[in-house]
Amino acid sequence: MASYSTNEFRGGLKLMIDGDPCSIIENEFVKPGKGQAFNRVKIRNLKTGRVLEKTFKSGETVEAADVMDVDMQYLYNDGEFYHFMVPDTFEQHAADKNAVGDAHLWLKAQDMCEVTLYNGNPLAVSPPNFVEMAITETDPGLKGDTAQGGTKPATLESGAVVKVPLFIEIGEVVRVDTRTGEYMSRVKS
Amino acid sequence: MPDRQQLQDRARMYRHIRAFFDDRDYLEVDTPLLGISTNSDFHIHSVKAQVLGKPVYLQTSPEFAMKRLLAAGSGSIYQICHAFRDEEQGRLHHPEFTLLEWYSLGFDYLQLMDQVESLLASLLQRQVDIPRTTYFDCFRQALGLDLGQANAAECQQAVMAHIPGIEAARLTRDECLDLLMSQVVAKTFKGFSLVYDYPASQAALARIKPDNPLCAERFELFYDDLELANGFSELTDAAEQRRRFEQDNQQRNSLGLATIALDEAFLQALETGLPASAGVAVGLDRLLMVLHGHPEIQAVLTLDTLGD
Repeated sequence: MASYSTNEFRGGLKLMIDGDPCSIIENEFVKPGKGQAFNRVKIRNLKTGRVLEKTFKSGETVEAADVMDVDMQYLYNDGEFYHFMVPDTFEQHAADKNAVGDAHLWLKAQDMCEVTLYNGNPLAVSPPNFVEMAITETDPGLKGDTAQGGTKPATLESGAVVKVPLFIEIGEVVRVDTRTGEYMSRVKS
Repeated sequence: MPDRQQLQDRARMYRHIRAFFDDRDYLEVDTPLLGISTNSDFHIHSVKAQVLGKPVYLQTSPEFAMKRLLAAGSGSIYQICHAFRDEEQGRLHHPEFTLLEWYSLGFDYLQLMDQVESLLASLLQRQVDIPRTTYFDCFRQALGLDLGQANAAECQQAVMAHIPGIEAARLTRDECLDLLMSQVVAKTFKGFSLVYDYPASQAALARIKPDNPLCAERFELFYDDLELANGFSELTDAAEQRRRFEQDNQQRNSLGLATIALDEAFLQALETGLPASAGVAVGLDRLLMVLHGHPEIQAVLTLDTLGD
């Protein structure tokens, strides 16, 4: 079984902790000038999404999680499962609501996502950092108001609600940062 | 090219330090960084190198070399140098770092603490009055733990109560103390603090207190929870030193680490006679972090030559 020593710890490394696959968020090396070294790590349980802290004696080894991040194209949602495809091999994977989590707000057919596979099954889905989506619902635009501040809520085709400038109209396509959920710009079609 | 201001800050600090010791007639020395022997402390990993086909080590501190000079009659000495420790990297650690180390002849560790305070006052160009607390009192105040009584199991319980996600039962008593000190006790420190009278089990190369076998004549300087300096009344007993080295190697053996050939030249110097003295090492990169408000050691390194 593959394993990692604490001095290989870094953000994003996937480990088996208490029987679940986890990803390191933050790793802090702690050592007095004279005395034992430790690694204090913040990790995310990839099954539950929960963040927990662990402390290891430096030099200890931890079992690696058989987890792979694969770029896949989002195809469709059949009501129960979200379907993804590896473009090169046409291999398809179905992810349940649990694995998709909040990413469902940013899924648009044809877009490329990062799907985390654990023992070959989808465990988590990361949307692209930026998506372009059409507005399906928002208050009428205020013509001419292109420079002044002020925002209003708008619903995207995926169902996500983002704050957009007042001049944006239904049917327009906007670019959104999925990490913050913030409107970036209007996309000319 | 690093920030010019940062290079100037370091240069100015070095000038101040040299002026401080020159005023006191301390001799600046420059001891070798390569040696056929090294520190045997099993917590410290020396960087190995090769010279003319022979394995050598980069020094983890100039301590042994400087004590050889003291035994040879150098008088009080100081040094600004680089030191190397493998497997130490992080926000507060870099495998190559800079140390100020000095030895004051005829001093004990309490007088040396006064001198550390004077040096800081000189660097900061203001009066500094640093609170001093014994290691035992620090633990009593921060954790309600009486180290005079607490056994390994009680120290493990304190770890479990304060440090998340650790198998405390696998830690030795001293490992518990190391973790509690840096992660709980030191978090209560504000500004500069001096902690003294370390447990005898963490004596390193310090003399045990003649009137209290539980404590070593060792102190550390902190700024908030950042460890800046470590000093002690030097152990001058050659037989006791040899015994501690051999104990280190036994521990290395049991941990599957390579043993270190004893530094016979250093032990020889102790046998010749190390004058009564106290010595301290100050991490200069960390001191720069404190003086100029940098949260990471990387911000004060002259260049990053190790990549990522």
